Amino acid sequence: MIVSKQKNREEMAALLEGLDSLFLVGCSACATVCKSGGEEEVFRMEEWLTTLGKRVTGSVIIDSPCNVNRTARDLRDHRVQVEEADAVMVLACGAGVHSVVLKSGRRVIGALDTLFLGNTLRNGQFAEKCSLCGTCLLNETGGICPVTLCAKGLLNGPCGGMEDGKCEVDRELDCAWHLIYENLKKQGRQDIFTRTVPAKDWRKKQPPGELKVK
Amino acid sequence: MSRLSEQLALGRFVVTAEIAPPKGVGLDVILEQAAALKGVTAVNVTDNQGANMRTSPVAVAAVLARAGCEPVLQLTCRDRNRMALQSELLGASLLGIENLLLLSGDHPSFGDHPQSRPVFDLDSIHLLKVVKGLNGGFDMAGKPLSRAPFFFPGAAAVPEGEPFELMFHKFRKKVLAGARFFQTQAIFDTAKLARFMDAAAPLGVPVLAGVLLLKSARMCRFLNANIPGVRVPQTIIERLEKAADPTEEGVAIAGELVRFARTCCQGVHLMTLGQEKRIPEILANSPKQC
Ligand code: SF4
Ligand code: SF4
Repeated sequence: MIVSKQKNREEMAALLEGLDSLFLVGCSACATVCKSGGEEEVFRMEEWLTTLGKRVTGSVIIDSPCNVNRTARDLRDHRVQVEEADAVMVLACGAGVHSVVLKSGRRVIGALDTLFLGNTLRNGQFAEKCSLCGTCLLNETGGICPVTLCAKGLLNGPCGGMEDGKCEVDRELDCAWHLIYENLKKQGRQDIFTRTVPAKDWRKKQPPGELKVK
Repeated sequence: MSRLSEQLALGRFVVTAEIAPPKGVGLDVILEQAAALKGVTAVNVTDNQGANMRTSPVAVAAVLARAGCEPVLQLTCRDRNRMALQSELLGASLLGIENLLLLSGDHPSFGDHPQSRPVFDLDSIHLLKVVKGLNGGFDMAGKPLSRAPFFFPGAAAVPEGEPFELMFHKFRKKVLAGARFFQTQAIFDTAKLARFMDAAAPLGVPVLAGVLLLKSARMCRFLNANIPGVRVPQTIIERLEKAADPTEEGVAIAGELVRFARTCCQGVHLMTLGQEKRIPEILANSPKQC
């Protein structure tokens, strides 16, 4: 899931200066789970906007605003309200914001900061375990990602800051390489420790990414 | 050939020291420090040490070389991508720098620019291989150089690192990647150093034990809390606490560690943090051989 959180109100108020009316777009997928842009948050946003003296012309919760066609369809269904507003405020990740930009033709205000691809640990708690590097090493690392979980993304074992298996950047956190080592040892495997991993080809990660599946 | 590589090849017990470039452009302090370090074989020049922004180590190393003080250029992967690292290396060679200490680098979160984007395009293993390639006349992309540099590449080791097997695995990888000498992080536990050297000796690469000059118990606590990979044991902190003159005690402790290093290492790397003048005393505290 894409983890996001709302910008603080101060920043948002500054973005809204000079705008009198807004149409709101929420997301029923990721942003709902992160409590940043679901039905509840869109409702609270409406309330807040009203206290600022703004008029809300309407709202819609789109099933995955990252889906461009679905976003186009839902905006079409609310065309009058969308056109009536000075701007469309989107409570979804950056991809959602872009779909709305693409399909509304209106000025768009993004209300969230998009953070990372996250695992849901428990309700309301998320953690990044993969940072989408484009050349995955997990098959050799016992499923633990050094690119993401090592603070330096080191590919060939721990740095000199590892202490008793903890990371130099945060002593509360395990060193990724210690986790990899322990995990492989438990399974009686050597895998990534048997070779020198070459420097990554970062072209695979260079935005903007694009993929066509035939 | 650098004096460092020569003396190591001859099997001499080598002493290196280190200085940090200034935050600013004054040369006087550097030259003063260099003058105080005349007696050592080579002097490391740190690279934005502890992720604190300072003057370029390549420039400072070049100044040292010109002043007749042989530098060991420290280069980290934190602030430069693979292109910048290679171009920096070639520039360093042009300025007469041969000795290198190739590092991953402390994370920016420790330093004075914690907002910066950490680069880590390469890790220390990659960087060692890059230097091997440059020495052989080719860049990382396999393109030939108009003229190859000549570097004597070294790397860092962590003798007290735990778990030992995992730490040692990285050490071995560095040897395979082309490290020709090692300077270790500050050591305090002679038993751990002995264990490390037992394992390292068969690999045949010289190891210079890192010895840090401690000034007070307060400094130890600061180091433990803020400097990655430095862990001053409680027994040493207590010694400094009880000492009538902690600075003298620090010199004595450093001397004891040097004495021990003489039994199993190929040299010492002294980290005196501005107290270069105490180096002769530290060395005098341990029987001299060269
Ligand atoms: S190696 Fe790359 S693709 Fe694989 S988990 Fe890590 S970041 Fe994700
Ligand atoms: S301690 Fe481990 S996880 Fe932390 S930066 Fe070093 S290698 Fe990476």
